[in-house]
Amino acid sequence: MFDFLEGYDVLGAFWTTVQLTLLSAVGSLIWGTILAGMRVSPVPLMRGFAAAYVNVVRNIPLTVIIVFTSLGLANIFSVTLGAADDFDAKFFRLAVLGLTAYTACFVCESLRSGINTVPVGQAEAARALGLGFTQVLTLIVLPQAFRAVIGPLANVLIALTKNTTVAAAIGVAEAALLMKEMIENEAQLLPITAIFALGFVVLTLPTGLLLGWLSKRLAVKR
Amino acid sequence: MTEVPVAKDAVAGTNDLVVLKSVNKHFGALHVLQDIDLTIARGEVVVVIGPSGSGKSTLCRTVNRLESVDSGSILIDGKPLPAEGRELARLRADVGMVFQSFNLFAHKTVLENVTLGQLKVRKTDKAKAEEKARALLDRVGVSTQADKYPAQLSGGQQQRVAIARALAMDPKVMLFDEPTSALDPEMINEVLEVMQQLARDGMTMVVVTHEMGFARSAANRVVFMADGRIVEEAAPDQFFSNPRSDRAKDFLSKILHH
Repeated sequence: MFDFLEGYDVLGAFWTTVQLTLLSAVGSLIWGTILAGMRVSPVPLMRGFAAAYVNVVRNIPLTVIIVFTSLGLANIFSVTLGAADDFDAKFFRLAVLGLTAYTACFVCESLRSGINTVPVGQAEAARALGLGFTQVLTLIVLPQAFRAVIGPLANVLIALTKNTTVAAAIGVAEAALLMKEMIENEAQLLPITAIFALGFVVLTLPTGLLLGWLSKRLAVKR
Repeated sequence: MTEVPVAKDAVAGTNDLVVLKSVNKHFGALHVLQDIDLTIARGEVVVVIGPSGSGKSTLCRTVNRLESVDSGSILIDGKPLPAEGRELARLRADVGMVFQSFNLFAHKTVLENVTLGQLKVRKTDKAKAEEKARALLDRVGVSTQADKYPAQLSGGQQQRVAIARALAMDPKVMLFDEPTSALDPEMINEVLEVMQQLARDGMTMVVVTHEMGFARSAANRVVFMADGRIVEEAAPDQFFSNPRSDRAKDFLSKILHH
């Protein structure tokens, strides 16, 4: 019944999806946190840059960003991210870069709403102890903000997992690219799409459940 | 040779720890601090009282620049208060602050609350910081709560931890911004007792409060504010029994009846 699967590395394709997701998740978490820090910083230039970045990048379709990393960064500006000769690695890394740049906007805005849940007195008390801006942010405000936005961040992570399919546009051999190939070669549209749909649910459902549980467990009691 | 010690005395001998000179501040159209001149000597306990909206909390918060001022100067231990940055942070470390709403760090245990400033600002090593924190928690009577989170403590306990947190920095002066206003009546005394002890130990204190009993018993001086101005300054006995200004008479007549 499943003989149409023969000769295709479905698990391998999903493994690429997982790698895209994890690397982009780590990247966007870091970059998004830095952006959020800039958006609440006392330096107008930093605030302005982060606000402009978020408002421009999150409003560009992801497909455009991913295609730009390939046609723009790679072909015009010769950005190869340390993999000039290895095409697979190059486009994989470019896809991670594009996904990170895009997803960081949503991480930043989630975190910023989390920062707003931290009572202003927490930062005042920290400043009164003699802590500087960066210390107040990293020791007092962000740890509480993160705990408040684990739920929204789970949404971002789930969206990111599914957004990795856009990397197919520049030929990264992840799940969606394989699905397209299989649909073209085999006359089994429904089973093939069902298998890939199920694959994504298997990836994202535990993410949501785990982070939902964490968000309750780590909630800051006031 | 005799000039040297004289000159030294003139600098180090100034007993003024906090000096505010013609300080003005506006909140939009509201002129919340109007030409405030106030000098607090080393070891002095000054209680600031007055009706709501008189600017007494704002005054307290300007001393460590949680509120900026529009004009005038503030000196702490002879040094002008820096506008921002590292210098300001260093100065704030020497000024302890206790808030109306406690503001204990909600994601840290009681012990971590008291060690944080020592570790991150004073760069004390961990063992020493914890030892000092435990001693201070013991002093304010909450040593058994060290490993709990703030939300697990009563208001009075939280406020005493907040006092310990401020004391852990070895501050030159302590600011209390209505420390008992958010407390249940039966918890007010446990906090006031800690403050009284602190006053007896010679700590320089600025206390914004509605606790007239504390003002009477612990203050060296009462500062009465109304409408953004210091209306009257006097020793507590004199102020409560024989206020000079009509505004103060009016205020006291409303609160001392029952």
